[in-house]
Amino acid sequence: MRGRFPAVARRRPQVAVAGALAVLLAVAVAAVLSPWLVPGATDQDLVLGITGPVPGHPLGTDDLGRDVLELLVAGARTAVPGALCVAAGSMLIGNLIGLPAGYFGGWADALAMRWADLMFSLPALLVAIVVAGVLGGGYGLAVAVLVVLFAPTDTRVVRGAVLEQRHRPYVEAALLKNLSAWRIMTRQIWPNIASVTLANGFLNFAYALVSLASLSFLGLGVPAGSPDWGRTLADNRAQLLVNPWAVVAPGLAIILTAAALNIVGDWLHERVDRRGRAR
Amino acid sequence: MAGRDRGLFLLRRFAGTVVVVALLSVGMFGLLYLAPGSVQQTLLGTRPATLETIAAIQARYHLDEPLPAQYLRWLGGVLHGDLGTSVRTGMPVADMIGQRLPLTLALVGYGALLALLVGVPLGVVGALRRGRAADRLVVTAGVVGLSAPPFAVGLLLLVVFAAGLGWFPVYGTGEGLADQAWHLTLPAVALAVGAVGMFVRFSRAALIRELDQDYVVFARARGLSGAAVIGYALRNSLVPILTAAGLIVTGMLAGTVLVEVTFALPGLGSLLVDSVTFKDVPAVQALGLLFTLLIVAVNLLVDIGYSVADPRVRFGGRTS
Repeated sequence: MRGRFPAVARRRPQVAVAGALAVLLAVAVAAVLSPWLVPGATDQDLVLGITGPVPGHPLGTDDLGRDVLELLVAGARTAVPGALCVAAGSMLIGNLIGLPAGYFGGWADALAMRWADLMFSLPALLVAIVVAGVLGGGYGLAVAVLVVLFAPTDTRVVRGAVLEQRHRPYVEAALLKNLSAWRIMTRQIWPNIASVTLANGFLNFAYALVSLASLSFLGLGVPAGSPDWGRTLADNRAQLLVNPWAVVAPGLAIILTAAALNIVGDWLHERVDRRGRAR
Repeated sequence: MAGRDRGLFLLRRFAGTVVVVALLSVGMFGLLYLAPGSVQQTLLGTRPATLETIAAIQARYHLDEPLPAQYLRWLGGVLHGDLGTSVRTGMPVADMIGQRLPLTLALVGYGALLALLVGVPLGVVGALRRGRAADRLVVTAGVVGLSAPPFAVGLLLLVVFAAGLGWFPVYGTGEGLADQAWHLTLPAVALAVGAVGMFVRFSRAALIRELDQDYVVFARARGLSGAAVIGYALRNSLVPILTAAGLIVTGMLAGTVLVEVTFALPGLGSLLVDSVTFKDVPAVQALGLLFTLLIVAVNLLVDIGYSVADPRVRFGGRTS
């Protein structure tokens, strides 16, 4: 019976974490170096058109004769910065609202939490499609909308973490020393919750990457022809019989990158927070 | 006594729901003024700006009235089943939605069923084999599943099972019940993959939490069979799984937009994307409101489910 009810859970698969970190490293290198690695990623070859793998094009070309492998590398440069902005932006807003909400409590806290509840019950992607679409779409707009939609989750995570710290002895000691509330929040409490918000940031990063790719897939993100994984998928889905790689490569890139971010985020969460993830 | 408390619980949830719907309906009405360009232009669409068309819009929308009056007029129309006229097709929005609602409901229902039947058992296996190879496999597969956007999964499925193996059709919705189910299978799987990942995560976590409780240790110490103990633990992990199910199904309502576009299915999701792309604001407003109502309905069903699954709610005891 010991096997069925183990007293202590063993550590999570470290192989998966190592693999995830390798994937993230590759994506990061592609995102930073793609202008030098694949300077001609968007060069069209309309004479060649779409074709399966041929010498010189290991994954074939898309409908405009662009090399699928080069587009894949260049796509990282579109995917990463926007998702990073969303994760960082919502983390910033979440900290700015969540810290005082958790520290002071009261009606402002209650209001912030009702707002978070409301946003939590709505699928962010659905709201983003409607708002970004009606406003006219575009990458910058999509990023801005997602920051607003993600911020409530961050706020809730930060607030919860602050509530846990709020009555620890070190906070009471700081109060006795007559430190200002601002100083206690930023210098005393924040260092203790920074790791939780960082782990949550990774999960937001993954979700933002997928959401931005989804919006681009629907034509509400990057303009047509941009080297973006979601957009490449949309542009080539009618051609999947001619060159399946034009669909498979960006599809796998999105799935693997998002999975890697989630695995690293979960791993960080387990290390810093016993209660598990919020989303 | 018990019945009254249960009634109160549901009544309070229902009142909260009404407030949420009211707030979101204001948001949906606001979309008209959020769209770039003048409201009149938005409502004209591609029609020429003649005196007649402008007069028709004026007669229908009363754009010179104060905003609250316009909102109430719009809401009144909605409550009477008048969802406005599509700027894109010129058809009543209610008719367009009526044609497409069954497909979306079937797709989400099919996908949710698949996700439940695959995800929860996998999560249970993970919890029972905690830390072992099977658990690691389940957890990793779950994370990959919930990371994968439905459109990427859908296209990969199309490449492998439709174009490659030829087991499933690439496009179309089919004729007759069996044929339709066959056509909807790949879309439903694409929609279910992320939900399976979520079900695995939540059901595994919920069951592990229960297995760590004292009553499980006592039950085992008293010599109850493993199956009976797991039965108790499973029963008690129902409520968190139900909570997750609400979130998962509402998430699938967003996912269906991507799946319907991927598989070119004529459902509400593809209608939403077409309307949004065309800036067909009346249609977007109606669809947004409908999606809101579907989400709210799912959440209410979950609340009712609580009182069935948790005797403390059913018999009116304290829930915390």
